[in-house]
Amino acid sequence: MISIRGLTKRYGTNTVLDAIDLDISAGERIAIIGPSGTGKSTLLRCLNYLDRPDSGVIRIGDLTVDAATARPAEILALRRRTGFVFQNYSLFANKTARENITEALITVQRKTRAEADARADEILQEIGLADKADAYPAALSGGQQQRIGIGRAMALDADLMLFDEPTSSLDPEWVGEVLDLMRRVAERRPTMLIVTHEMQFARAIADRVIFMDGGRLVEQGPPGQIFDAPQDKRTESFLRRVR
Amino acid sequence: MQALDVDYMLGLVPVILGYVPLTIGMALAAMAGALVLASLMAVERVVRVPVLDQLVQLFISFFRGTPLLVQLFLFYYGLPQILPVLAGINGVTAAIIGLTLHFSAYMAESIRAAILGVDRSQWEAAQAVGMTQIQSMRRIILPQAARVAAPTLINYFIDMIKSTSLAFTLGVTEMMGATQKEAAGSFLYFEAFLVVAVLYWAIVEMLSLLQKRLELRLNKALVR
Repeated sequence: MISIRGLTKRYGTNTVLDAIDLDISAGERIAIIGPSGTGKSTLLRCLNYLDRPDSGVIRIGDLTVDAATARPAEILALRRRTGFVFQNYSLFANKTARENITEALITVQRKTRAEADARADEILQEIGLADKADAYPAALSGGQQQRIGIGRAMALDADLMLFDEPTSSLDPEWVGEVLDLMRRVAERRPTMLIVTHEMQFARAIADRVIFMDGGRLVEQGPPGQIFDAPQDKRTESFLRRVR
Repeated sequence: MQALDVDYMLGLVPVILGYVPLTIGMALAAMAGALVLASLMAVERVVRVPVLDQLVQLFISFFRGTPLLVQLFLFYYGLPQILPVLAGINGVTAAIIGLTLHFSAYMAESIRAAILGVDRSQWEAAQAVGMTQIQSMRRIILPQAARVAAPTLINYFIDMIKSTSLAFTLGVTEMMGATQKEAAGSFLYFEAFLVVAVLYWAIVEMLSLLQKRLELRLNKALVR
């Protein structure tokens, strides 16, 4: 069980996240949609303190992090319970595909190299890149890089997986393979929070869809309800524009 | 114009070559020390620890702002007068310390620039998987910064090898000191200094070959 209370982020006088409240149950798959610049990515980045929220409380299981008092050790603990998939992949440029996956297993989770390698090989198999284990990111396509980005997050067995527009930087030809992989990941019901512009995908895999606008959660509900019978004017007009 | 005394020059080569290990040894020791010190200062300049940051800036300012020869004289001839513990310091040690401090100031700035040049997303990725700041720096950021800084750092190493000749002014008999002694005995100054110049040149050329191989290795992550 994950709960977020009053999560707020300001840049100067601009309030990007306006006292967000959100509860997420274990295994829930949530898609966040909405216009650009409404705080979707900021919400994700505040959830693992890549951006530090100005106020608000995040609770994951028995860990509580309050922005007013968060110490570095708590922030580290929070990050160790979340996995993050970046829009621009952000693979470690100096590490091979396999090393990108094993790095945190060894340095953070203190697994032995043999254990970490075995886990990495499982994951490489699963994401269909076993033959690229020793390739460096620069030698891989965008789609391959993002699949490794997802594999790196999968390997952590985190309580919450955060996906920040995982297909937005991809050439159209690579979008399909990344969405396919995310579908397969979703089938295993990890707790997922996905910011996406892929409406079909959101409808297909999400248990709940949240429409965000102006730093607030405007409307949320099952995909059928949000996409077919939106209650709020803003949701309706956004969906009309993206269709 | 007189003809060159080629036999004398050829005879001098093995004599001066005998001092190459000392020259290279001083340069390697100073390089190792300077790399460690410069990396620490570079990381500090990026993280900016209050008070320490001002001290590091002062250090860099002083060692870049004054001539190496002046610094060496200050350590070897000056400091022992006010700090008697240093009275027993030998020329080789003083030269190594001087070269270390001097070059670390320059290298710190190169490494700092290289660290800042590493894409911010690399930091974020390391933080996101739960690595500590130190782990992120050591395992992700510094290796990538090293690739960027390597050509400049090797240039400093080349400069350092040549700068070891200044140890001669602290009474150390290294390549330059040995040449000076030989020349003073034979009066064949031109021949003697030409030989030592060519030998320095040869050492630096060999290093340039190593530099190319090292850069190929460091760039292997970027080959498409």
